[in-house]
Amino acid sequence: MATVRLRGQLEKLAGGESTVDVDAGTVTELLAQLEQDHSGLEGWILDERGELRRHINVFVNGEPAEPDTAIDDKDKIEILPAISGG
Amino acid sequence: MGTRKGLFVLEGEPGSEFSIRTRAFVGDPVDYATRDPRTGRLFAAVTSPFWGPRIWFTDDLEDEWQPARGVALPKGGSDALKRVWVIVAGEQDGLVYAGGDPGVLFESRDDGATWELNRALWEQPSRPRWRRDSGGLSVHSIAPWPGNPQRLALAISAAGVWLTEDGGRTWAHGNEGIVADYLPEEARATAIDLCVHHLERAPARPERLFLQFHGGVYRSDDAGRTWIDIAAGLPHDFGFPVVLDAADPDSAYVIPVTTADRVTDGRVAVYETRDAGATWAPRDTGLPQGDAYLSVLRQSFAATGEGDSLELYFGATSGEIFGSADAGRTWFGVAQRLPAIASVRPA
Repeated sequence: MATVRLRGQLEKLAGGESTVDVDAGTVTELLAQLEQDHSGLEGWILDERGELRRHINVFVNGEPAEPDTAIDDKDKIEILPAISGG
Repeated sequence: MGTRKGLFVLEGEPGSEFSIRTRAFVGDPVDYATRDPRTGRLFAAVTSPFWGPRIWFTDDLEDEWQPARGVALPKGGSDALKRVWVIVAGEQDGLVYAGGDPGVLFESRDDGATWELNRALWEQPSRPRWRRDSGGLSVHSIAPWPGNPQRLALAISAAGVWLTEDGGRTWAHGNEGIVADYLPEEARATAIDLCVHHLERAPARPERLFLQFHGGVYRSDDAGRTWIDIAAGLPHDFGFPVVLDAADPDSAYVIPVTTADRVTDGRVAVYETRDAGATWAPRDTGLPQGDAYLSVLRQSFAATGEGDSLELYFGATSGEIFGSADAGRTWFGVAQRLPAIASVRPA
């Protein structure tokens, strides 16, 4: 299982869990499974269309990932707001 | 107040500047904030650029805000909720409404903790012909009928006025008499892409409504079925908000702005009618009268109290707020140097 690190608002919405294990083959599957396992997260990362919210970045083992990026066991996943400002 | 950079709660005595009591959602756009007068519950519509649009609530400003559940479009569709524009107490215990973009109405029956999409409006056959304006496709005005939860009027920019008499199970247009000058003459009679900027119901005479249009100010005396233009006498027929004195169904207040740039024309004036729009009088004592080009958005003008002690407040995208404690006869500065103001509601 991959390990997802949750910070800030996402950690609160997941009931205070800062890391959760999720079994999934791609980033999209992982996010959908994450929302299913933690209903408080529903709609926060994926919108109603199932698309990753525009200013959210997903990293797999420290590398920026795309929705179809493959996930392996023991991968470390981070879900972070994009840089804002300007 | 909702601002482009968070919620600001101000407090003070009318006549002098207010102080900032607290802030919340720092840095996020807060499009609307209000207090339910029945329960005291505070609501904020926050459009996080990261986590999406959401309604938050708290029963105490000192407590943490909670995200409401269910404020979303059906999953798996081709659209996503973009913004919540307005939150209004309904006429039944626990009933609260929220309007948003893309042209959607949400209903809560537990004082705003959980919400459901109004399916009848969502599935309107004419929806594909509704048009987005520069602010989106928004349900921004919700006007309950005092004492009757079955009757409701909505305004959608730009899809006109919608009326229900069965608690939202069915909806009918209420656009007769509204003239969209921005459309070709041949298209006006059957147009449904009508850009209503704001709508208010006179609580003391519920069949009467006032609306500020995208060019025109209108009144309806038959619950929104037909409308007459009452803009004659105003310096500009363009504007965004309209506010009423709840005690006087012949009253309305608007803030005219120029059609070209949609700001005040160098001087700031609220215009008041007390004869249902037959005549208008400027109310500008204490307001800037030179080099003042303010943009006042549709949710940024509000009233509390009634009659001679009616309090009026409006905010501008320049971060200034003005108030009146005498029904508009004189004005004072409430606050300045705030982020762009999106909504003002007395609490």
